[in-house]
Amino acid sequence: MTEIAKPDWRTQVKRLNPNEMPSWLSTILIVVLAFLVGGILIFAIGASPLAAYAALLDAAFGDVNGFAETMVKACPLIFAGLGITVAFRAKFWNIGAEGQIYAGGIATALVGISISDLPALIFIPVALLAGALGGAIIGFIPGVLKAKLKVNEVITTLMLNYIIIQLTAYLVHSPMRDVSSGITISPQLDRAAWLPIIVPQTRFHLGILLAVGAAFIVSWLLYQTILGYQLRAVGERARTARFLGIPVERTIIWTMIISGALAGLAGTAEVSGVQHRLVESFSPGYGYLAIAVALLANLEPFGVVFSSILFAALLNGADAMQRAAAVPVPVIYVIEGLVILFVAIRVQVRRAH
Amino acid sequence: MLQEIISIAFISGFLAATLRMASPILITALGEMVTERAGIMDLGIEGIMILGAFTGFCIAFLTGNLWLGFLFGGLAGMLFGLIMGIASVKYRANQIVAGLGIWILCQGLSSLLNRRVFGISAFRPEITTFQPVAIPILSEIPILGNTVFNQNLIVYIALLLVPVFIIFFSRTAQGLNIDAVGENPRAADAAGLDVGVIRTLAVTFGGLMAGFGGAYLPLALYGLYTDDLSTGLGWMAIAIVVFGKWRPGGILAGALIFGASNALQFRLQAMNFPLPYQFLLMLPFMVTLVIVIFFVRGDTGPSALTKPYSRAEG
Amino acid sequence: MTVQPEAVVQLCGISMRFGKVIANADVEFDLLTGEIHGLLGENGAGKTTLMNILFGMYQPDEGEILVHNQPVKIHSPHDAIRYGIGMVHQHFMQVPTLRVVDNVILGLSSAGRVFLDRDSVRQRLECISENYGLKIDPNAYIWQLSIGDRQRVEILKALYRDVQVLILDEPTSVLTPKETEELFHTVNTLVSDGLSVIFITHHLEEALSITDRITVLRNGSVVGTIPTSSASKQELASMMVGREVLFRVKREEDNESSRREVLRVEGLSALNDRDLPAVRQVSFTVNSGEIVGIAGVDGNGQSELVQTLTGLRPATHGKFSVDGVDLTGASPRHVLMHGVGHITEDSEDGLIGEFTLIENLMLDMHYMPPYSKHGRLNKALMAEKARQLIKQYDVRAPDESVKARTLSGGNKQKLMLAREISRDPKLLIAAHPTRGVDIGAEEYIRGLLLEKRHAGMAILLISTKLDEILSLSDRILIMERGRIMGEMTREEANIERIGLLMAGSEA
Repeated sequence: MTEIAKPDWRTQVKRLNPNEMPSWLSTILIVVLAFLVGGILIFAIGASPLAAYAALLDAAFGDVNGFAETMVKACPLIFAGLGITVAFRAKFWNIGAEGQIYAGGIATALVGISISDLPALIFIPVALLAGALGGAIIGFIPGVLKAKLKVNEVITTLMLNYIIIQLTAYLVHSPMRDVSSGITISPQLDRAAWLPIIVPQTRFHLGILLAVGAAFIVSWLLYQTILGYQLRAVGERARTARFLGIPVERTIIWTMIISGALAGLAGTAEVSGVQHRLVESFSPGYGYLAIAVALLANLEPFGVVFSSILFAALLNGADAMQRAAAVPVPVIYVIEGLVILFVAIRVQVRRAH
Repeated sequence: MLQEIISIAFISGFLAATLRMASPILITALGEMVTERAGIMDLGIEGIMILGAFTGFCIAFLTGNLWLGFLFGGLAGMLFGLIMGIASVKYRANQIVAGLGIWILCQGLSSLLNRRVFGISAFRPEITTFQPVAIPILSEIPILGNTVFNQNLIVYIALLLVPVFIIFFSRTAQGLNIDAVGENPRAADAAGLDVGVIRTLAVTFGGLMAGFGGAYLPLALYGLYTDDLSTGLGWMAIAIVVFGKWRPGGILAGALIFGASNALQFRLQAMNFPLPYQFLLMLPFMVTLVIVIFFVRGDTGPSALTKPYSRAEG
Repeated sequence: MTVQPEAVVQLCGISMRFGKVIANADVEFDLLTGEIHGLLGENGAGKTTLMNILFGMYQPDEGEILVHNQPVKIHSPHDAIRYGIGMVHQHFMQVPTLRVVDNVILGLSSAGRVFLDRDSVRQRLECISENYGLKIDPNAYIWQLSIGDRQRVEILKALYRDVQVLILDEPTSVLTPKETEELFHTVNTLVSDGLSVIFITHHLEEALSITDRITVLRNGSVVGTIPTSSASKQELASMMVGREVLFRVKREEDNESSRREVLRVEGLSALNDRDLPAVRQVSFTVNSGEIVGIAGVDGNGQSELVQTLTGLRPATHGKFSVDGVDLTGASPRHVLMHGVGHITEDSEDGLIGEFTLIENLMLDMHYMPPYSKHGRLNKALMAEKARQLIKQYDVRAPDESVKARTLSGGNKQKLMLAREISRDPKLLIAAHPTRGVDIGAEEYIRGLLLEKRHAGMAILLISTKLDEILSLSDRILIMERGRIMGEMTREEANIERIGLLMAGSEA
């Protein structure tokens, strides 16, 4: 067969279709389209899309406090989004970030409540380690089940989510309950275990900076290390990876340990940096939102930071949107779902085959 | 307590509840079976069930007609099954991701519409559900009669669907076509079948079933709607399809196991069983997990499952 | 004066492109009633694409199709069958989990009936299979059948639909010589009964033996159409390739002195994916500086043998060793690191399309020093090495950072060779190294293998191309149904002997 010369950039722009667009352009298009459809929906239920989106933007970025709150919500999204990015790059469909977040939160709370008399310099790393460990364990289970027994990971991770969430509810109902408070929450964590506030008069805490740092680390992991190389190979074409001697099962297991650990840190950030205690439903679906975050970022670590901020803005502004424009909060989940759906259509999401 | 559990009344009531609770999952899983045998995995049915539940409840409440509500619940599901079909076939989307998108989208939509229509207030709108219809003579049989032959009409329909699908897949051309399209779409294409159309129809049908399965919950079981009414049922339906090896008989067995664990959980809770209720709530999920680990493993089903088809690539 | 036979099918000015690639350019082709018309060309010449257009699987960008002198539009295989055109594809269009009768029924109009009438289909099938000597059990599941039988099912499917034109796409590539004879017999019977046949092949001898006319395609265009009676091998070959073709590759004289045994296989057995025996007590050796070729029709255990030797499949009995080291049951990484190179049967399996050339070249060594240290990759060094290899092995690519999937088939193969050979393995297992590769790359690859042989590498060659086996191998083993049926040296070898052994008889 003969080959025709590659068309110049003008022809390429003319031939815009999801398969051939550069990824930053398709990302922007997806967001715009999702907001457009969301806007139509808002209009259909009798509210003003412009007022809604204006209230959203204002609350999310309008002032220092608003921006800080956006970043506070972005933090767990970045951590969990990074975790999902690592897993998805290996074609391991980790839908269990939500459960891994709770596991991290539980572990952090356990450590933070039961230990005292440690200086913050030591306590904080210990709390982080505990969170990472908690998430890693819950990530490890479906990882080893898939690697050794070929069990479908979508179902195992999902089921674990529900199980861990119920476990959390149980823990704050009895063994870890703060009886003096009268409601179902745990006692407060030791002050030294709290992630310190960086920007005064806001809730902007250390975890946010750590999350951004984690993006650097994950990028380094994926592109500069043996494990990253191997997990990408397994994700792109496991058969070839196996032929060339890459230990596929071991790679999957380590991938899920790291993925779970990152999601666990999201739990730590919430419990140690924001709530300072274990609360029953402390995650408003961060683990699922993080899937949209990771996919929109085309599974690139630095992109995850930006898409996290976008979704955090949505979360943050949702209440304001409801108050100012009478638009119910679930609209943001509709927009989130649309983003994921459009991303599924964008072929640049690493093909599953 | 043990005596109470072993009593005839308990067992009879438990078995009847098993069938009642198994029905929504049975309907949904049978629909997903059709979808998957055609080669598409629809993870969105978790969300579609919720939407079906809301739509069914809403229409039934507003019109006073339960069957109308049931119908619209199915139609809402059908719409999103179609969307999944277009995404998967026309746009060759990654089916796992598309399914997740539909799940979250439908979840948000249901929640949104619920607030819009019914508002957030202390007053919880309720309806009277489908009542059991006793089948003459058969319902007189001790224990079995009350369990199987004294249920609402939808339970009967759900059970009848099992032999219907068995016949459909073994004796009709359409059933054969669906299996061909899911196993070797290139061969089906060469035989003159329209792979895209068959797959789209299958997943749309799956959405219809999931919508019905969801609508059943408020209309036949609970009499009201909350956002977390069907939590996890869609995922369990998916697990059950695999457990049943994509066959109606196996799926029935899986649905019954699941229905039993759900029914048990309710009863134990009501009896103040000495286990914290959160663990009881975990029960269906743990059962699903066990099913998937020990019974399913690597049986991957139809060969072309989740793989988009195009003539150029084959 | 003879009556001119009518043209059953005509293709006029057919052009087809896939993205940037031109598959067919302005093709003129006709099929006369009752003739066997050969369509000859190398891999990638556009033969299958052209026939897929005739069969309605693709729509041509330009040109038209005439059936019995009437222009027709064939939008799908359904249409093609309506016009009496049937096709037996190289990769059978069958659903393995269904029975023969169901595969035949698939796509038939059910004429408003709700339930399938399998009985009448079975009856008619038996009738047809009696008529043409194509024995098949309609109730058998496809996965239970042999390849030859499966091909019969494909032919039966077409005959059931009363086709007048039958297209056979590389039908003999999966058959033993005996099965090929039977196929030719069947084709002749069909033609004498009024059918017209288009016979796609890339084998010169086949085209010469069975056809009435031959059309040669090269790079998507028709080079010429000639009557078989006046065609010669040389003429056809140069039409196919466009230049003088050497039928034998130059070989260096043997270097007898430093011969040593590299690969020793003893009584090796293994099961296939269906848990049926695929490799049965295979024993042979390969010495340094020699090429041992395993001839045999695809599907006789060669793939499983290679997988066992590379650690991808467990052996159930027996053992094998490389340079004295027992590698039975070793992991793929272990095997690779003990001096074994592996050119995979399917270039898709040896490379990762989404990875860059650098990343592909490092798939085997990335975790070893100096390419990595303490878990970190030395990207600069890897890029450097990649540039070197790309140049050395003539891989045509704009630079080392492009993705592997942008390469042509031949260059992908060269990339894989570059990686495997540069590791300087003691044993190179080359499975179908020139499959899907154009003639220029084919020559290069064969030359490379001979060069390495001369340098002392032990090479195990698996190929379905008999001419390749004959021209490259020092010794030839024939594998049939999992066993080594015979062994012969280059001097002793000839096609008839090999053919007999491949068909299972001792010679």
